[in-house]
Amino acid sequence: MRDALGVGIAVGLSGFAFGVTSAGAGLTLLQSCALSLLVFTGASQFALVGALAAGGNPLTAAAGAFFLGVRNTFYGLRLSQLLALPRWVRPFAAQWVIDETTAVALAQPTRRAVRIGFTVTGLTLYVLWNLTTLLGALGAEAIGDTDAWGLDAAGPAVFLALLAPMLRTTTERAVAGGAVVLGLGFLPVLPAGVPVLVAALAAPAVLWFEGRRTTAPKGTSR
Amino acid sequence: MSVWIAIGLTAVGCYLVKLLGLLVPAGALERPLVQRLSALLPVALLAALTAQQAFSGADGALVVDARAAGLAAAGLALVLRAPFLVVIAAAVAVTAAVRALGG
Repeated sequence: MRDALGVGIAVGLSGFAFGVTSAGAGLTLLQSCALSLLVFTGASQFALVGALAAGGNPLTAAAGAFFLGVRNTFYGLRLSQLLALPRWVRPFAAQWVIDETTAVALAQPTRRAVRIGFTVTGLTLYVLWNLTTLLGALGAEAIGDTDAWGLDAAGPAVFLALLAPMLRTTTERAVAGGAVVLGLGFLPVLPAGVPVLVAALAAPAVLWFEGRRTTAPKGTSR
Repeated sequence: MSVWIAIGLTAVGCYLVKLLGLLVPAGALERPLVQRLSALLPVALLAALTAQQAFSGADGALVVDARAAGLAAAGLALVLRAPFLVVIAAAVAVTAAVRALGG
């Protein structure tokens, strides 16, 4: 319960960063709030406003955000077994299936604690994230030129903070390195929003390369 | 208008992938390759997004400006295991400071 509230509050506050970034990207107050209410998965929201700010078309911008959201399917698979929710509750619970609720729920010892952890984290985060998005967007409108305050650096810093704990093994680092090269390399030549989708190919490419290495005859690998 | 289209598509898409996980029977998507790929996809996307949003200029040109200093500050804060909000604040503060100094 304390864990759940702690996570909910800490991450809920980062909705400020989203509200400010979103307003800085040129979205209206209503658009920023709609994203937090309806999309409610932070990385996808940041990716979408970043792509729109760069002049990406709505389809490629949404595609990048969508692919970032696909990981939530796998959280749902784990949570589905742990929560054992009745079928009619699942469409309502689905909106809260995100990084933080999964992390808290998976750490609980009993089904009752899993359900409480999921619900408390989900509710705290949902309320705070939307409230702080509103305040952040309002604040950004009030201060005007967000770039002068360095607020355009919030987006990349958020991505880096989300990425850092994932870089555990060489595989993840190779994927990240490859994606940076592809993402920056294609930036000047492809329309906005597309290079990030090309960079996503670093993931299957590294997996394919690894697969070849591990199935190679003994003596030639490593 | 196009912003609303993007918001609508993202909202529907992101909701459906969340719901999918809760609805499909256990084991349906538990193939090792699918799991590996879904774990690595966010790594690729986040890395590319970090780099692009820190180094993109007008019309897709690559530039190194105050944002790069901010990102370096965020990286340092992460190495020092600073909390999430401190990492963001460090990036914002350093970027603003470098700009104020005319960088």
